[in-house]
Amino acid sequence: MTAILEVKDLQIAFGGVRAVDGLTFSAQEKEIIAVIGPNGAGKTSAFNCITGFYKPTSGSVVLNGRNITGKRPADIAAAGVSRTFQNLRLFPDLTVLDNVRAGMHLYGGQNWADAIFHTPRFKRSETAYTEEAHHWLDFVGYEGARGVPIRNLSYGRQKQVEIARALARKAGLLLLDEPAAGLNYSEKQQLLGLCRRIRDLGTAIVLIAHDMGLVMELSERIVVMNFGREIAEGTPAEVKANPAVIEAYLGKDDEEVQTNGDA
Amino acid sequence: MGENVDTTQAPRKIGPPQLRISRLFESKQLGWIALAIALLVPFVIATPYALNVMTTAAIFVLLASGLNIVVGYCGLLDLGYIAFMAVGTYTAGIIAKSFELPLIFTIPAVLVMTILAGLIIGAPTLRLRSDYLAIVTLGFGEITRITANNLTITGGPSGIFGIPGLLKIGDFDLQQPAVFYYVTVLVVAGFVLAAARLGKSRLGRAWRFVREDEDAAEAMGIHTYHVKLLAYIFGAIWGGFGGILFAAHLSAVSPQSFIFLQSALVLMAVVLGGMGNMRGVVIGALVISLLPEFLRDLAAYRYLAFGLLLVVVMVFRPQGFWPARGYEPERMQAPAAPAAAAGEKGANR
Repeated sequence: MTAILEVKDLQIAFGGVRAVDGLTFSAQEKEIIAVIGPNGAGKTSAFNCITGFYKPTSGSVVLNGRNITGKRPADIAAAGVSRTFQNLRLFPDLTVLDNVRAGMHLYGGQNWADAIFHTPRFKRSETAYTEEAHHWLDFVGYEGARGVPIRNLSYGRQKQVEIARALARKAGLLLLDEPAAGLNYSEKQQLLGLCRRIRDLGTAIVLIAHDMGLVMELSERIVVMNFGREIAEGTPAEVKANPAVIEAYLGKDDEEVQTNGDA
Repeated sequence: MGENVDTTQAPRKIGPPQLRISRLFESKQLGWIALAIALLVPFVIATPYALNVMTTAAIFVLLASGLNIVVGYCGLLDLGYIAFMAVGTYTAGIIAKSFELPLIFTIPAVLVMTILAGLIIGAPTLRLRSDYLAIVTLGFGEITRITANNLTITGGPSGIFGIPGLLKIGDFDLQQPAVFYYVTVLVVAGFVLAAARLGKSRLGRAWRFVREDEDAAEAMGIHTYHVKLLAYIFGAIWGGFGGILFAAHLSAVSPQSFIFLQSALVLMAVVLGGMGNMRGVVIGALVISLLPEFLRDLAAYRYLAFGLLLVVVMVFRPQGFWPARGYEPERMQAPAAPAAAAGEKGANR
């Protein structure tokens, strides 16, 4: 197993606030890692640093041995990182298929001249784009209409499409920012299965989640953050037993029984 | 099973309207029908005045389709679009006149100059968004006009006269009003088709992604900077060709043709027609350019009526006559198995 992502001593400060303060973790091929922590712990900021939306103050992000620290988001995406957003960031007026096609932009296969003259190359690549979009929608188990603007769809379906779009990027690393937020029980079960199937494609997943049951069941390793710092890292069992984690989540003086109940 | 029922009903509930008239409007042949009408009109009315008005309208359609790339597809509010046409007209006019060349040979130079203009306005302003971009482009439009007004090479306030025609071989002169009308319509139709096709390509989708959500587009590996610059460059080229036709049509050019009102009118055509939908924009451009001619009987009240009509249209159809509709066909052949089974198949692939 080789490390796909290595994050070393990542820091970002906004004025005096250190949103992420010395985060270090790595993700291997075919691994599911969960990043958990209370609200404001710096999880999403860390994601934004990794994907280039924020420029880290210090530290490094290495992807497949290539340093991608502080590069443009588009370059990082091209290097092989795909992501979803905490609050859906779809293209609301475009169709479901077009939204998924966004993930395929880097496939290329046609240029503007092909488009103007409708060359065979253009037609081939458009057909391929459409088939591929259907494939990924099938993969995430999307069952709604596909030719309609995404604005009209339910939240659960929009979340599926966002994951399909991220998958269409075919990156080696997938960052999911709260994929379980707002989903009901059966949708969460679907998500569990989906994450495992994504892993079986050879993709490493780093996900942020608040649902402890989901995290414990799904992830191989857990990184716990609080106040920008990494307070624990390990297998679900290790993390569950870690006093610092219990303190961060439940305050001091609480009994371990309650963490078990939560899980 | 319940979910399968949902799948089949969903498109009907929120899918495209099934009215016969809208199916006609969405049909692929509509462009050809419109072109045929444009080509047949001179057989109905061919007075010099009518030909003049229709040629001007066709050039205006070209401008609107170019601005639609910038504003409609990519969402970059450009209030100085007419500057690109000015660059095209002056480049063509100056070169054609000083070298006694038919205008058609100025195309390469116009291409180079408009692309340069697109880069000059595009590169420094693309980090700006919405209102700020609008202000800068407005400034760029005015700078272009005032520069043309003050330089000697552009002929100052009186401009350039006696620009040679498009092309003349022996007795065959493209400048004859009827011939020139046909040339214009064909050129414009080509550019409108090209713009519409660009809109439905990988690049066109990238433009829409940038318009809808720049950050999400970046996260998918789209260089938003690069893509926006391309929108400007294509918009500029369309404007430049509009400029060549304009120079040929009037055989004269003066800074007065490129005042802010012209930029505003082109933008109005795009908004009125329906941003992002090339068919709507063509109709918007025809309305904006032809309506004042139909209102000529009102004499002094012409533009008052014109303005009132525009206000009325925008009140009742704020999204334009024919807005871009985000619908496309569902899967080409229905999958043999129900949707759920197809999902499983996809999963195991």
